[in-house]
Amino acid sequence: MPKMLSYNNKGTWIHNLCGVTKLVFFLLWTITAMICYDIRVLSVMVVISVIIFIVSKTSFSQVKGVFTFVLVFLCINLFAIFLFAPTHGTELYGTEHVLFTITKKYVVTAEQLFYEAHVFIKYIVIVPSVFTFLVTTNPSEFAASLNRVGIGYKGCYALALALRYIPDVQSDFTKIRNSQAARGIEMSKKASLINRIRHTATIIFPLIFTSMDRIDVISNAMELRCFGKNKKRTWYMGRPLKAADYIVIAATVILSVVALLITFSNGSRFYNPFI
Amino acid sequence: MKTKFGIKEVVATGIGVALFVVLTEIQVPLVIVPNTALQPRMAVLAFLSAVFGPLVGAIVGFLGHALGDALFYGSVWWSWVIPEIFVGVGVGLFVKKFAIKEGGFNGKSIVAFNIVQVIANAVAWIIVAPVLDIVIYAEPSNKVFAQGAFAFLGNAIIVAILGTLLGIGYSKIFAKSGSLEKEDAE
Amino acid sequence: MEPIISFKDFSFTYRTQKNPTLHDINLSIYPGEKVLIVGPSGSGKSTLAHLINGLVPFAYEGKYTGSYSIGGKDPKELGIFGLSNIVGTVLQDTDGQFVGLTVGEDVAFSLENNLISQDEMNKKVNSVCEDVDILPLLSHSPNELSGGQKQRVSMAGVLVSDVDVLLFDEPLANLDPATGKRTIELIDRLNKERKITCLIIEHRIEDALHRDVDRIILIDEGTIKADLSTNEMLSSDLLIKSGIREPLYISAIKHAGLSVTKELGPSNVDTMDLSSFSDKLKEFYSAKAPKVQRTYGEEILNVSDLSFSYDEKSEVLSDINFSIYKGEMLSVVGKNGAGKSTLFSIVCGFLTPTKGLITFNGDDLTKYSIKERGDKIGFVMQNPNHMISKPFVMEEVALGLSVRGVSEEQIKLRCEEVLKICELWPYRNWPINALSYGMKKRVTIASILTMNPEILILDEPTAGQDLARYTEIMEFLKKLNLEQGITIIMITHDMHLMLEYTKRAIVLSDGHIIADKTPAQILTDSAITDKAYLKTTSLHNLALRLGFEDTIAFANRFIQYEEDRKNA
Repeated sequence: MPKMLSYNNKGTWIHNLCGVTKLVFFLLWTITAMICYDIRVLSVMVVISVIIFIVSKTSFSQVKGVFTFVLVFLCINLFAIFLFAPTHGTELYGTEHVLFTITKKYVVTAEQLFYEAHVFIKYIVIVPSVFTFLVTTNPSEFAASLNRVGIGYKGCYALALALRYIPDVQSDFTKIRNSQAARGIEMSKKASLINRIRHTATIIFPLIFTSMDRIDVISNAMELRCFGKNKKRTWYMGRPLKAADYIVIAATVILSVVALLITFSNGSRFYNPFI
Repeated sequence: MKTKFGIKEVVATGIGVALFVVLTEIQVPLVIVPNTALQPRMAVLAFLSAVFGPLVGAIVGFLGHALGDALFYGSVWWSWVIPEIFVGVGVGLFVKKFAIKEGGFNGKSIVAFNIVQVIANAVAWIIVAPVLDIVIYAEPSNKVFAQGAFAFLGNAIIVAILGTLLGIGYSKIFAKSGSLEKEDAE
Repeated sequence: MEPIISFKDFSFTYRTQKNPTLHDINLSIYPGEKVLIVGPSGSGKSTLAHLINGLVPFAYEGKYTGSYSIGGKDPKELGIFGLSNIVGTVLQDTDGQFVGLTVGEDVAFSLENNLISQDEMNKKVNSVCEDVDILPLLSHSPNELSGGQKQRVSMAGVLVSDVDVLLFDEPLANLDPATGKRTIELIDRLNKERKITCLIIEHRIEDALHRDVDRIILIDEGTIKADLSTNEMLSSDLLIKSGIREPLYISAIKHAGLSVTKELGPSNVDTMDLSSFSDKLKEFYSAKAPKVQRTYGEEILNVSDLSFSYDEKSEVLSDINFSIYKGEMLSVVGKNGAGKSTLFSIVCGFLTPTKGLITFNGDDLTKYSIKERGDKIGFVMQNPNHMISKPFVMEEVALGLSVRGVSEEQIKLRCEEVLKICELWPYRNWPINALSYGMKKRVTIASILTMNPEILILDEPTAGQDLARYTEIMEFLKKLNLEQGITIIMITHDMHLMLEYTKRAIVLSDGHIIADKTPAQILTDSAITDKAYLKTTSLHNLALRLGFEDTIAFANRFIQYEEDRKNA
């Protein structure tokens, strides 16, 4: 299992942007990449994603584990698409250029490869932007800036609490798993399915029940310090949007609109070189 | 129906998301198709929804899945994040019926919990997720419906087993200890 | 002067309970006082604390009769938020109280909720953090802090809203002794400099009295048993009667048949008038036979040249060498983060050492899996809730065997045997949550014992427990050690536990073993105690004042006397 990604302040201008700005970029960028089936646009987006990744000084070693995992997952998915729908490309593009035949059902066509290439390249657009977003966004400031753009402060604080307590829950989980392993309860691959579920239960039970206790303690602690007293709250780490933020947001919107305009210029979201 | 989002719900959501994210690590693969492993975190989602209601359930599912996937896998597959809301809300709507905190999770409410969770999971994974996959990603329909069916099966099974057990276990904590007597050594 | 906290003929009953948890409470606390509140578990002292900060009745409902006021006002009108402007609470669970992602945010938390502007927030946070000495840590996240530092953050987080009363809920429970001492010093300073009324709930009296308090309030069975000055309280036998441990030097004097009176100033071992006691005490403890050293069996566990690091940069453990002998009961001590838990995580196989060798009965342990090591070495976690995963006692205890595929019949036999050893047999069909803390702890130990381990490692077996539970758990472990011959290793912060129950202690500091001696030798050697964040006990101070040259022998004789008395 890869190591989790986490915030790492390297002080570039990307780190200094507001969390919301980066969220806007991240959302628009991934949505555009999801909708777009134009390999020309996607290629440009890959280049931009990679440039941003480099500018943010995110080192590849920080994300290497996760990246490998994504690649493996992606390959399995591409294979599954072919397995289930070898003619999906042909149906989408309306033509059939056979490259070679494996069996009667499984015919490799240029259209299929072209379609799957899109699926692949979409990921290559999305993954670096997720990485950049996660390692450059200060979680404290992020919650504050979400509140600033209109999301209720209770919801924002729930997110902040999640980020605060992930390491604690993780450490409880590790402790419990270790002590259960010492009793012989392992989640090894050898055990049968039903036994693995049973063993998982013996680890999850103590974890959930200690977490339920934790919920009580934290709620008390927060109530004792006036959480929920007012309809609003201020934020120690809050920061107003600056010129750079507006520029980035504007640029993101323009880029996305342009990308989508080009994509839809032929009346559909598929760029079709086969006709 | 009144949905309260007080301090306890805020904290339950925060800790719930943390649990969901941490448990992303445990996956019991059924078959090698992406998105179809047995996910114990789904049992936790169903349990938390059944204890704290639909709003907590919806946020835990949505944020937990998005954050968990981003942190562990570096990508967010929105078409599989959004259906979590349906599971959380679906199960959470009947929070009063289950009465887990009041110690009343037994016979009838266990059956009710499982009927509700199966329906919620069916809607989420057999309908919502594949449809979103087709609409957003233009994925081949037979593939995504197959994936959806597997995901439904896996999630329904894990919630039926682990989720039910969690409910019973937690319900017992709140149940009266009754009249316990020491038994003699024989 | 008007009291800041006042209870008159006060009784309180929780909504879910029939009988009152607190009754006939009459109590006045005046501004600027520093009060120690003591009482055994379940005495009602936390309910009293919760009434003062508002969790009762606003979070935990119930009914009261009589009257009470906080800050001269009716708590009902103030509500929990109004009360929080008067009373600041520092909880025992510092991880639960630390809700911010960084120190700065957590300190600012109540200001944020009170809509204070960012500029003012920054000023206040900086000034409070400077006062409690955590300013350089402002941008640190909680997992980069030690327990003591987290506690200071909690203090800053309530001081920032200019409270009049500080309420400390067992502030020493999770700290190493030296850090605990510093906490008490900080509380003292806040009380003196800021004129804040301080209420300290704590049952480790000896440590809490490191700085003088104005008075001690003893709560037992839901009511106030005594409300006396420290000198009066220590010269009575009320504490012992309620199951609270007296400071060791007081016990030492009483054991010699001498009576402590308030005129002698018993509140402080260094200033107490001992002139009339000196000779008798010397005589009494010189006459005691020194402790007989038990001899042990062969070496059972050997660790040699062991090092460990998470990354190449810094070593968490370096050059660890020690042996453990069959039938020993020993303690491992050192400040938080010294590497104690890491060391035993390696022994159990949870972590892999960077270098070094571990042998068990001469056999290389590294070739065994976690599970196989679990058959030889049992590990009991600090929090029993982290280990219990079955609803009933019998199931939980049988779990380890059933996953090993042992036959039903065998499981039954073995469980019966173990449950009887652990005195849990009458409770075998009880749901675990109906058991007391001490019994839960025994269930977790029983569930490990079924696997017949030769060594039992316990992480903080008694942390946060009062004398009655402490004695229950420790006497049980002693019995296991003597009767079953199980080697017992305890990771602990409790100096008294180490002195009372173990014959040898390994001291870790910054990843090195800095001592491997008898507890008495360690606790009388300030070079070691300073380095390892331990604390010399008051026995050492007493012995020095009496002119005992061999303070180690004095400590040993005291322990010997207590043991003899327990066995008699």
